[in-house]
Amino acid sequence: MSGLAERIEAIRRAGDPQALVDMVPYARLLGVVFREVDGLPTFSLAFRDGNIGNPYLPALHGGAIGGFMENAAVLHLIWTGESRHVPRVVDFSIDYLRPGRPETVIARCDVWRQGSRVANVGIRAWQEDETRVIATARAHFLVGE
Amino acid sequence: MTVSQEAGGDRLAIARRFFDAIAHGRLLGMTPDEATRDSVLARLPYREELVGNPATGVIHGGVITTLVDETSGAAVLVTLGTPEAIATLDLRIDYLSPAEPHRDTFARSQCYRITRHIAFVRCTVYQSAPDSPIATSMSTFMRTGGRRLRRTARVGASS
Repeated sequence: MSGLAERIEAIRRAGDPQALVDMVPYARLLGVVFREVDGLPTFSLAFRDGNIGNPYLPALHGGAIGGFMENAAVLHLIWTGESRHVPRVVDFSIDYLRPGRPETVIARCDVWRQGSRVANVGIRAWQEDETRVIATARAHFLVGE
Repeated sequence: MTVSQEAGGDRLAIARRFFDAIAHGRLLGMTPDEATRDSVLARLPYREELVGNPATGVIHGGVITTLVDETSGAAVLVTLGTPEAIATLDLRIDYLSPAEPHRDTFARSQCYRITRHIAFVRCTVYQSAPDSPIATSMSTFMRTGGRRLRRTARVGASS
């Protein structure tokens, strides 16, 4: 574990958020991209055929959208928080507001509360228009030892 | 063959068509193993690409979200019995204990109520035994198509 904590700390010092993504196999499989935009941690998921859930519309899989948003929350906590551990998800609740069209999805997070043990994170996702949110989610994570 | 076995075979065929049509579920490698008139059991074999924590080798919670969403949607379709388009409205997962690396993960979903517009589903995720769940979930689905969208049948685990 200490090796992982040191790598995370080195990545944060180097200011290279995408290097965090590259440590998580599932985030790479989805195709998560992590940058700071206007000083805000910002996540994007370029369209891939493998993320389709409804081939007829077509629309992105609700699980791919949810998994992307959960990745965003974990990476956001590691990037901005004091914890050098990988946060462990306690619960995850998602509301789907619109179908995910076959184009890029963007996500940003709000850490509503970070205690010594538990963090509450809100995540919202949109595509072309930030005002037309396609999904909102809320998750709790264990962030302590 | 008894009537119930016949019905179970039909239901499993419905679940298989649904899973086969969904690219993202195929990418992760999930398949339905069993189906009844209102429930589906699906399996997700362990793979390194699904890992969320490189220090422990445990699969990512987001992978479980996809397994639960797709298996829960399949429970709605086997319960309906006739092709119809559905969409997930909301889904909540409680992670009861960490998944273990290098083990298959199973999800058993049950559609316990359907109204004209909404279906209600619960789902349990486990690895070693059904009575030792690693996660539980509640979700709701909207019936979006009805008979007018017969061609989009067997599809719906997308948002």
